[in-house]
Amino acid sequence: MGPAAPHLPGGAAGRGPVRQAREFVVRRYLIRKLTTYVLAFFVGATIDWGIPHLMPGNPVQLFLSKFDLEPGGYAALYKTMSEAFGTNLPLWDQYWHFWDGLVHGDLGVSIFDFPARVTTLIFNAIPYTLALLVPAIVLSYLAGNRLGAAAARRKALDNTLLPAGYIFQAIPYPWLALVLPYLLGEVWHVFPISGGYDETLLPAFSWTFISSLLYHWFLPFLTVFIVSLGGWAIGMRNLVIYELENDSSRYMRALGASERLVRRYAYRSASLPQLSGLALQLGVVVGGNIVTEIAFHYPGLGLLIYNAITDEDYFLLQGIFIFIIIGVLLANFVIDLVYISVDPRTRLSMQGAFS
Amino acid sequence: MRGMTKAGGTARWAAGAVAVAMILATASACTSSPSSSSAKPGTTSAASSAAPAGTLSGFPRADTLYTSGTAYAPPSNWNPFNLGNYATGTQGLVYEPLFLYDPIKNKYDPWLATSGTWSGDTYTIQVRNGVKWSDGTPLTGADVAYSINLAMTNKSDPYNSNVSTVTSATASGNTVTVRFGSSPGYAEWQDYLWKAPVVPQHIWSKLSAAQQITGANTNPVGTGPMLLDTYNPTEVAYKDNPGWWAISQLGLSFKFKYLVDVVNGSNNVELSALTAAQIDWSNNFLPGINELVSGLGGNAGYGIKTYYPSSPYMLSANTVWLEPNTAKAPMSNVNFRKALAYAINPAQIVSVDYSGITRAANPTGLLPNLSSFIDPSVVSKYGFSYNPALAKQYLAKSGYNGQAITLEVPDGWTDWMEATSIIAQDLAAIGIKISLIYPQDAARNADLTSGNYDLALDNNASLDSSPWSYFERVYNLPIQTQQTAQLNWERFSDPAAWKLVQEAGATPPTDTAQLDSIYSQLEADYLQQLPQIPLWYNGAWFQGNTQYWTDYAANGTSDENTPVMWGGYLGAMTTVYALAALIPAKPAA
Repeated sequence: MGPAAPHLPGGAAGRGPVRQAREFVVRRYLIRKLTTYVLAFFVGATIDWGIPHLMPGNPVQLFLSKFDLEPGGYAALYKTMSEAFGTNLPLWDQYWHFWDGLVHGDLGVSIFDFPARVTTLIFNAIPYTLALLVPAIVLSYLAGNRLGAAAARRKALDNTLLPAGYIFQAIPYPWLALVLPYLLGEVWHVFPISGGYDETLLPAFSWTFISSLLYHWFLPFLTVFIVSLGGWAIGMRNLVIYELENDSSRYMRALGASERLVRRYAYRSASLPQLSGLALQLGVVVGGNIVTEIAFHYPGLGLLIYNAITDEDYFLLQGIFIFIIIGVLLANFVIDLVYISVDPRTRLSMQGAFS
Repeated sequence: MRGMTKAGGTARWAAGAVAVAMILATASACTSSPSSSSAKPGTTSAASSAAPAGTLSGFPRADTLYTSGTAYAPPSNWNPFNLGNYATGTQGLVYEPLFLYDPIKNKYDPWLATSGTWSGDTYTIQVRNGVKWSDGTPLTGADVAYSINLAMTNKSDPYNSNVSTVTSATASGNTVTVRFGSSPGYAEWQDYLWKAPVVPQHIWSKLSAAQQITGANTNPVGTGPMLLDTYNPTEVAYKDNPGWWAISQLGLSFKFKYLVDVVNGSNNVELSALTAAQIDWSNNFLPGINELVSGLGGNAGYGIKTYYPSSPYMLSANTVWLEPNTAKAPMSNVNFRKALAYAINPAQIVSVDYSGITRAANPTGLLPNLSSFIDPSVVSKYGFSYNPALAKQYLAKSGYNGQAITLEVPDGWTDWMEATSIIAQDLAAIGIKISLIYPQDAARNADLTSGNYDLALDNNASLDSSPWSYFERVYNLPIQTQQTAQLNWERFSDPAAWKLVQEAGATPPTDTAQLDSIYSQLEADYLQQLPQIPLWYNGAWFQGNTQYWTDYAANGTSDENTPVMWGGYLGAMTTVYALAALIPAKPAA
């Protein structure tokens, strides 16, 4: 899915001594980047650990408030559970245990869904979130860019699409997440309004179940798609108009290039800032979309974050944010790598730095 | 140039974004071709690796009862001692108590015990014959004695304090003899009999002390009416246990083959699932449900039933108090608390905020099932009622100097938030300035625990079989820096009353004259001191859809039972009778 990496002119690999020199530069560049990422991960994970632990309230107390216990029993169970979660230890020790678990791939035990493992909860939820958000973001990006570019050169389309785009972009998402399910679910009964699949089915690798997944997936997907579409379209329209008017386009026209070729290059240049927006959105995709997932009771990471916050589930919250941190850093790292091979200006600047 | 600089600066992001998009899309799509179905493998593996394999690809709708309103987390444990979040049905459908408490008729029904009798400091339990654990092992007195001993020896057992005065529990065949020290804790023990599960010795004794109480117990072996069938993050499913003892001994049986309890969504999601008959039996709080039940003269067309056909619609589940922090002025002044009590009109909260699905509380705050313990002469002498003029008189003597008083309830508890604005208006009318604050649930709990609040709404005391635990919550001493056990959050110090509560706990339940006398004194003290102001009774929310199942528990029928799946109800009160009374709406073709 997504467009193929563009093959820009001048992308042929270097030869001979130039190539060796470039490899050295690339290695030095990667080491510098990796160090930055490790440092960023350390700081990010520390903040991730710190925020829930510094929140007011006590998760064990909240957990035991559901027990309806006699006072004597409460004291003993409070001690047991505090020990089980390690919340009785000094903060410094808790911090050390956090890192110790983290390097062993152990994110601990959830409090709100005790005694489920945090990793189990997260891995159960991740597929729903990715399946919901990646298509919604990528498809709205593709469709929005096409529409925006088309609007930039057709007056009629511009006059209709631009106001529509502004309206879509200005719609408060929670409102859309109420109105669409109300119309398509409650009034016309076209789509179900909640859940990841039909509750009368059991998860299985069968067409019945998969179609139920798709059926429940469509409405939340549609709401995210719609609100993202307007923004992409307007952004692309403005960028293309700007590119068509700038000096490089004029120069191409002066050289006798066809209007079609000028438009193609303008579109490509205009895509760059759009792509950066796309990258930012995809980087945080593992965080889920909290509002969508609550509104549709969609069993992804956003809903899990909400549960973790309301129940002060330190460990679940930490675990999810670790995944978000990794997701963002990974996205950045991949961008850094791809950027070396894709953008000719980068390579030129690196050579320049070396020679 | 500005434009080019911008494009160039973001080029590195742009190029990488394509790759990231592809990686993520592939990650989600590679598992199967339509990208959305990638959700499937996660759930499948959860269900097939963690859960006992389900026998069907789905549940036959006509044979399945769908319930909701109890679970807020994915089902993950079936340990009846993990009261905080065991999967719905763990207690009641799988594990059972010795007795059931019937709050409507205020009596106890023999369950796994056929009788229990006091003789001096000894309590003798006759364990029911012919009961089998679901693995085929017979239930014996040894299992019951083991469960009691477990509570005594394992300090983390949530029933540990219920057996604090027990000295030994021994079994001889199906007779269990429980000996107490010189002063038995009657009230605590009474609660043990209908709240605590009987667990199989041959399984529990092999677990470590921590596992006994906090283990996940994913293959539960119980004596109850159902067996765990399967579970996934959104639901837990049980199937009928054909070997359930009550089928032959009490003539009870479930007409549904499966019971599926669904993890809760938001109010609007649950309401829609109920009206669409995706849920048959809902224990959710659904504001406005009265419109669907009795709108258009009962012909609103939704086929939704509640326990009462008209207001209050619901049985009462707990008392909502206005809780003053009595350690702080002016709440420490009894006249200020009386001003609060006379200034607030609970009837308006019930009719406006709840549209009649709750009811105003008795001034003592004791729930309707305990009405036989309420002394009418005490209530008529000391009780309060809505009277703003009188409230102003009390306020004048209260030392209140016009400062703003905070009133807090957890954010998102919309009915309580609405109630606080009615309360604030009532109090403003007599001249008390209220500022409303809505912290997160956890922060609000922390505020009340540490006494860092002025006024709060609280409903900690749940439906119980005697006034003892209610008054224990009110008067418990000593007051600690952190009142973590959720007792005496109002920080009210009344040693004489606390002594009376302790006396009530140590009075044999048969000595009704003594108990009545103690409770009359406590009620008189409560009404004169008003450590808290009882406002209304929250409902034991229940609404049933009659499309697939009918004969839900209802007032005035032969099925006057608690139609509630919540912990503390199912497997403790009479929910199981209400389940057994359900019949299919359409006879099987």
